[in-house]
Amino acid sequence: MRASAGDVSAQVRQGRVSATSITERYLEAIESFDGKLHAFLTVMAGYAVEQATRIDKLVEMGKDPGPLAGVPVAIKDNLCTRGILTTCASRILENWRPPYSATVVKKLERAGAVIVGKTNMDEFAMGSSTENSAFGVTRNPYDADRVPGGSSGGSAAAVASGLSVVALGSDTGGSIRQPAALCGVVGMKPTYGMVSRYGLVAFASSLDQIGPFGTTVEDVALIFSVIAGHDPRDSTSLKVRRDVDTGSLVLAPAGVAASGQEGTADAPDGPMLDEDAYIWPAGHSLLDGAIEGLRIGVLEEITSDAAPDVRRRVEEAAAALVSLGATVEEVSIPELHYALGAYYLIAPAEASSNLARYDGIRYGLRVDAEDVTSMMSRTRSGGFGSEVKRRIMLGTYALSAGYYDAYYGQAQRVRAVLVDAFAAVYRDYDVLIGATTPATAFGVGEKTGDPLAMYLSDVCTIPSNLAGHPAISVPFGAGDDGLPVGVQVLAPALGEPVMFRVAAAIESAARSLPPPPVCFADGMGVQSDMGDGHA
Amino acid sequence: MDKDDLADTPGNRISREQVAHIARLARLDLSDEELDIYTDQLCAVLDHAAQVSSIDTSSVSAASNPLSAANVVREDRPAACIDRDEVLSMAPEAEDGMFKVPRIMEDEP
Repeated sequence: MRASAGDVSAQVRQGRVSATSITERYLEAIESFDGKLHAFLTVMAGYAVEQATRIDKLVEMGKDPGPLAGVPVAIKDNLCTRGILTTCASRILENWRPPYSATVVKKLERAGAVIVGKTNMDEFAMGSSTENSAFGVTRNPYDADRVPGGSSGGSAAAVASGLSVVALGSDTGGSIRQPAALCGVVGMKPTYGMVSRYGLVAFASSLDQIGPFGTTVEDVALIFSVIAGHDPRDSTSLKVRRDVDTGSLVLAPAGVAASGQEGTADAPDGPMLDEDAYIWPAGHSLLDGAIEGLRIGVLEEITSDAAPDVRRRVEEAAAALVSLGATVEEVSIPELHYALGAYYLIAPAEASSNLARYDGIRYGLRVDAEDVTSMMSRTRSGGFGSEVKRRIMLGTYALSAGYYDAYYGQAQRVRAVLVDAFAAVYRDYDVLIGATTPATAFGVGEKTGDPLAMYLSDVCTIPSNLAGHPAISVPFGAGDDGLPVGVQVLAPALGEPVMFRVAAAIESAARSLPPPPVCFADGMGVQSDMGDGHA
Repeated sequence: MDKDDLADTPGNRISREQVAHIARLARLDLSDEELDIYTDQLCAVLDHAAQVSSIDTSSVSAASNPLSAANVVREDRPAACIDRDEVLSMAPEAEDGMFKVPRIMEDEP
């Protein structure tokens, strides 16, 4: 068994195991196994031990280090860690050490987590396989000849192989859920604005969202409860309150401060999600509640084109929900056929604007030249990889004079149509389910020559990003090739509570997958079989 | 739709010259080989993306933030910020508390 975050923190808080010994076990495991996977770009050994020592001191003093006490966490390398390399898997940021940490990093540390390292990814999160990393591909722990998915492939592989208990990634078009599905772990994209993006290196700002990976829905819900909440440093972050009576999340009225001003006439009572408060004291309460009576739609547009073995798993998940008393029906949103096209105009357009900042002046790579314009061009040509250049070109074209309205403008209007179409369906359904990916993990090198084929692997996950909705991928057995399959649960904005509830029900109905051949299953020191099948 | 608008219709094949022009706008030096590859690949992706033009969007306005279109303001209050020297320490070149760049203007005789 891979260790769970809940178990680790319980043991550390009770003083049964020290955070230092757990941290050292995981650092040793990374040292022994990561050569096979390349999930990590930077291992923060010294820093991690310092953090663990600090937590052990708190426990000794009788203080509570928080709900993630001593839990090893891996962080995608596009999240800023003060003084520690943050490369986005790009040559252009190869030596960059940010002068500040992301809000999510601070929140994890305040909750007692121990950050063990920074994980590999597609350069600037652009890709679906982690093959676009400037520092080498990450391998799928279930089959080293297959990709782990992407762009957060390093985080997914680290959790799947037990080299980290949980991890953070970012999801712009499926970059958490797709690798989670291909590596057999749980991965979740929160509602747009639910988690602060301060310190996330921007890719496509109207789509990017940070979210957790874990081996269980409970762990993912726990991490989500720690990182969610309003942050004045991110103007897109939402002010959300939890209604104590219904357990649902509601937007706080505009103008109400994140802290204080509680209990105005319009605002339901309940804890505010803000910088220093967790929405839920523990992840558990998120999973409570019945499935009986829920109205669930199987979304045709993300399911019917999937491979037959993937489709069968979705049907099995649907049947399990029926047996728990939910009403399950097929539902169609034909407008979703336009989602991929809209995404591959909007995301590159925003990327071309966000990546204009890499000009060789303030930080990152500089390739010298006689004048400033040549210096910028040489720096960008030398520092960016081919997929990043391709997206910058696409986006520059979509935004250029004469094409702006036909491409970017039209794509944003299509997005509004999708939002309306989802809203209409959610009048009749509480959540939707479907495939996370069209098929199980593809081979390393299989799609690198054909960008459009690679983009099509995101077709099931992109709709939730365009709509700003939460979605989660839950492992559900294996495909015909023995590789992991993910079932996706989609919910409307702020629908995380019902989404987690359905995800937990699907998880308990799933045939569990054996741990991957490359796996560290000894995090708590309970067992001694390290790396089954790899002597 | 008048004649000028036809130039805006997605789906027209993008030329190698256009790709070279875009590369200049994006401050990217591309080799001849890269220009050929990107011309083909951009055409393939734009052909697919052009599907967005076939959906009727006359009833909606463009959405950038799907949840909240409200502007966000804060009080203009001084607060601590990141130390200047720490920021400049990551710059490729800095001098006297400033970023240093190559020559921008021609030398005057």
